[in-house]
Amino acid sequence: MKRKLIVFGLLFVFAISSLSACGDDSSGTTGKRSENTLTVLNYGKYIDEDVLKQFEKETGIDIKYEEYESPEEMYTKYKAGAIDYDVICTSEYIIQKLISEGEVLEQDYSTLSNYSNLDSDILKLAQSYDPMNSYTVPYFYGTVGIVYDTTKVTEEEVSSWNCLWDKNHKNEIIMMNSVRDAFIPALKLSGYGINETSEENLREALKLLDKQFPIVYAYFVDEIGDEMISGNAHMALIYSGEAAYAMDFNENLAYTIPEEGSNLWIDSWFIPKTCQNEEAAMLFLDYLCGHEIGIANFEYVYYASPLTSVVEALDEDVRNNEAVIPSKESLTECEVFTSIDDEKTALLNHLWQELKSRTVQ
Amino acid sequence: MNKLRRQLLAGPYLVWIIGFIILPLLMILYYAFFDENGSFTLEYLSHIASPINMHAMILSLELGVAATLICLLLAYPLAMILNNLKIKNQSLVVFIFMLPMWMNFLLRILAWKLLLNKNGVLNTVLMSIGLEPVMILNTPAAVVFGMVYEYLPFMILPIYNSMARIKKDYIEAAHDLGANEIIIFFKIIIPLTLSGIISGIVMVFVPALTSFAVSELLGGGKVLLIGNVIEESFMQGMQWNAGSSLSLVLMIFVMVSMTIMNIFDKDGEGTAVW
Repeated sequence: MKRKLIVFGLLFVFAISSLSACGDDSSGTTGKRSENTLTVLNYGKYIDEDVLKQFEKETGIDIKYEEYESPEEMYTKYKAGAIDYDVICTSEYIIQKLISEGEVLEQDYSTLSNYSNLDSDILKLAQSYDPMNSYTVPYFYGTVGIVYDTTKVTEEEVSSWNCLWDKNHKNEIIMMNSVRDAFIPALKLSGYGINETSEENLREALKLLDKQFPIVYAYFVDEIGDEMISGNAHMALIYSGEAAYAMDFNENLAYTIPEEGSNLWIDSWFIPKTCQNEEAAMLFLDYLCGHEIGIANFEYVYYASPLTSVVEALDEDVRNNEAVIPSKESLTECEVFTSIDDEKTALLNHLWQELKSRTVQ
Repeated sequence: MNKLRRQLLAGPYLVWIIGFIILPLLMILYYAFFDENGSFTLEYLSHIASPINMHAMILSLELGVAATLICLLLAYPLAMILNNLKIKNQSLVVFIFMLPMWMNFLLRILAWKLLLNKNGVLNTVLMSIGLEPVMILNTPAAVVFGMVYEYLPFMILPIYNSMARIKKDYIEAAHDLGANEIIIFFKIIIPLTLSGIISGIVMVFVPALTSFAVSELLGGGKVLLIGNVIEESFMQGMQWNAGSSLSLVLMIFVMVSMTIMNIFDKDGEGTAVW
């Protein structure tokens, strides 16, 4: 009797779990959706949630908001096709990949009433992956540079990427543990662009990285800001947004982009092929480009905003903080990453492992 | 009827084993020996001989052996001391050693990171008493340290277990026959705890050899073990074939270790601590 109960119990649990699994698939967005719904996919913590509520109230459009952690995760989520997203925000190199796969809808964004609020310089830089500015609307941008401890390192030293090879700072340098970012200084010092893919030139940069390895304290990703705050290193390669965060906690820290130039990253919105409600999507993007909303989002995210009115409204010390808003001069030397094919990605990963296993020839 | 019902009960377990153990193993085998076009190849397996993988493999073996030896040197005397404490409630001893393992493994390693940091607790104390700070973090030494900390209970428990089983009669008899403490240790205690030692060694060596999280966290991205190479080839490089063939090679090492353990530990007394 008891055994029978257990069997039934198990069957019951199975039935329930399979039912609820089906429920997950059909509920949400693929099933019936009301006329006025907008499905948004964005990085985690990358919008002021009040903005969403306000948008719903003002337009009567229901927002289904979803978040993801990494661009690769977003790509998988989108490609899985379980949900028809209407508008998505992500990094430029993934967008470029999606454009080449024909997944992105072309739009005439200049019809947006707030489009003129977008910084024309940023739009120009965005043309490296979106030549006509017809696929994307920039949302936030930033740079890769050096965060340094002003009590240990002078401003003059960090004016060139060479400082990351200075033996006087042995064990005081933190590098990024991501291949493409870590190659930026070495490629720039070797006189190449950051999108270099020829093996010979990459190997030349790798030799530099190999020379640097013994004096590097560690290769980190997310911890760099915290390590710098607690004073565990003199300088580090870092994303500007992370540097701004670190500088808030430790007043001795400063951020700079060496004169050889660096990487500029732009996170943008695009409307994918799966969009069911283009009108609402355009309305939403227009809304995000407005002044008040731009301010709210900037204060929440604290990355550089491509909206001119937002930047103009900032306090002078924030506006002049290179980690928050990159200056026009530093942007002239900066390049945007372009997506590279699988073969070159494999090559980069291989070179990176050669560096880590100290087997560089 | 009764038999059928019993089989039905084993159903979920069978599904689990097939779905999550056997199928993945077969997939690893497939990926290791067949390329994208589905034709048989030994190319991926030969990757283990590449300088990167050889280097990572040798480093993993070195650090694994070092961690295992240190664990053994720490655990054996400790097990003897514990055994001589004459604690009535044996399970209490086991409990004490299991206690830290209730905490999340990553949390414990992250805590060490804070302690060993350049400006961490350890160095602050050292400097306040006028000693030189130690720069151990982000070196292979720190990785060995982390492994020892992590896997020490796996060494202590089997050794303690086999030691607790030694009948006092043997030792008293040896005393009666004129053996001194040193002879008793080498001729009686060590041979009788050998199975515990062997299972301890395997239980520390195997996870140490295959670990990638400890080197990731305490190595500061500067210590590339074979586990890291495998993780990277799956997670970053999308090179499933190469990753699978490396896993296969690693599995051979694990199986050799397990075989050695089985030879020495026929009755399974050493591992019977759980």
